[in-house]
Amino acid sequence: MNRLREDFKEILRLVRPNTRVLDVGCGEGELLELLTQEKGVDGQGLEISPSGVAACLAKGIAAVQGDGDRDLDHFPTQAFDYAILSKTLQQMREPRHVLIEMMRIADRALVSVPNFGHWRMRWALLTQGRMPETKALPDPWWSTPNIHLCTLRDFTTLCDELGLRIEACAAVSPDQPARSIDPSRPIENWRAETALFLLTRERPRAPLAERPARGDLFD
Amino acid sequence: MSQTVIESPAIETHGGTLRLPADAPLRLESGATLAPLEIAYKTYGRLNADRSNAVLVCHALTGDQHAASVHPITGKPGWWNRVIGPGLPLDPDRYFIICTNVIGGCMGSTGPSSIDPATGKPYGLTFPVITIADMVRAQAMLLDALGIETLFAAVGGSMGGMQVLQWAADYPHRLRSAVCIAAAARHSAQNIAFHEVGRQAIMADPDWRGGAYEAHGVRPEKGLAVARMAAHITYLSEAALQRKFGRELQRDGLSWGFDAPDFQVESYLRHQGASFVDRFDANSYLYITRALDYFDLAASHGGVLANAFRSARDVRFCVLSFSSDWLYSTGESRDIVRALNAAGCRASFVEIETDKGHDAIFLDEPVLHSALRGFFESQALRGGLA
Repeated sequence: MNRLREDFKEILRLVRPNTRVLDVGCGEGELLELLTQEKGVDGQGLEISPSGVAACLAKGIAAVQGDGDRDLDHFPTQAFDYAILSKTLQQMREPRHVLIEMMRIADRALVSVPNFGHWRMRWALLTQGRMPETKALPDPWWSTPNIHLCTLRDFTTLCDELGLRIEACAAVSPDQPARSIDPSRPIENWRAETALFLLTRERPRAPLAERPARGDLFD
Repeated sequence: MSQTVIESPAIETHGGTLRLPADAPLRLESGATLAPLEIAYKTYGRLNADRSNAVLVCHALTGDQHAASVHPITGKPGWWNRVIGPGLPLDPDRYFIICTNVIGGCMGSTGPSSIDPATGKPYGLTFPVITIADMVRAQAMLLDALGIETLFAAVGGSMGGMQVLQWAADYPHRLRSAVCIAAAARHSAQNIAFHEVGRQAIMADPDWRGGAYEAHGVRPEKGLAVARMAAHITYLSEAALQRKFGRELQRDGLSWGFDAPDFQVESYLRHQGASFVDRFDANSYLYITRALDYFDLAASHGGVLANAFRSARDVRFCVLSFSSDWLYSTGESRDIVRALNAAGCRASFVEIETDKGHDAIFLDEPVLHSALRGFFESQALRGGLA
């Protein structure tokens, strides 16, 4: 078997066998293929690129060409045991809405988020005064697909706001084994490059007040 | 990329015509009944011992049961010989593939050119109006007669795709998987408009004779040819027409008249029209286009398309569309997929990038074929087919 992405290994560890899994932004279906083989999951992918979906179908993986920002709305409530979003939340136009929808569609969500609070980011910004370019976020500001970056603390705050319970959290990086962390510890906001969260609903969803998208300067 | 081998003369085929007696009528959506009923069909491959490998292939508006065998009138290879055949996505070594001529058709199934037992003459316009649901009910009767309870898959493009959707709505428990290619859950105003042009062309032909042309020993060939020409334009994309013909002329210089075709595209369309009338019946064209125009799967399920699929949660769907298809565009397929998702059905969907338009269903489209292959492979694995 090829060398596995470390975050895939961690996801593989966390997903229970024979469950229903939705992979949002499934690419060419590598993760779903792995989960199907290793955990016998009943998988479904959502992917924006036609070539990615075609590759999934050719592998025998069910996938729908669609946009995570828009098309999650069409899935029924609690249709899946897990909704997975690996490394694409920051690329969504409305990450908050995507998170809400994922937690509506599935009982659990597995979300990985690159941490903009990592010390390398802070150091680069502090010393060079420019948008950091790192291994995890390699693109210059003008071409990056990562339009909604956040820090670990930003993300845990959002989870709190949405009434989501963090069941597990691991720091993952491309070349090191995943490390289980407590994301509320300030030190992790410095040293976790990417964090993978296992989320469940903490309490029945309260009505969510939408924040004004613009014009809030004078509110 | 290697070219798919097109010649497939060696596929063993069986089939014939199922004749149902007068006391086993087909009950039509309109309330009328049709009896006695004949259903012409072809099969490829062998039904396995546990009868779990049957695949129903549904044909498009002007298609027929000769999906993978030489057409008896035109002598041309089957219309889906790039999909059905040894080593192809639907391999007769593995699947028992059935293709029926739809009712209302003109290749052996009961249609307007069949003899009305009440009069001893062809039905003509006394043939009852049929729907996509009626076509599907007739197919289910054929499966009953063949002793097939459950289909491994129902597959079809265009009108065939609509039949597949109808199958999922009406017989979800007789279906394990469904493939709907370049279709729609309802006919749009534009779809109906193009069909109306075709029907008016046929009915404006003096040889149509109010539909009773057979009794007069004539055929409305000109009208039917024009109908085909208009429809054929909708099967191709503008880019494909431009690529194939551009403004190329038939001969040196313009003719400055109207008799001979000046442009190659005119000649091509005339040829399409002329060869079509040899194998198709004008009244069948009227009835089948009507069936398509009446098709609106949501309307018959309380106005909510997802309701049509509520009982089909165990069916695995694969929906495919073509980027340059403007007859049944990707938006139509997307609506189907969203309804399937909303109904809790498992669906795959991809828009295949091509400039070949609606016709891509029948053409050499590697992504279409690899998607079909992958889908059937995974379903075979799921269904325990070796």
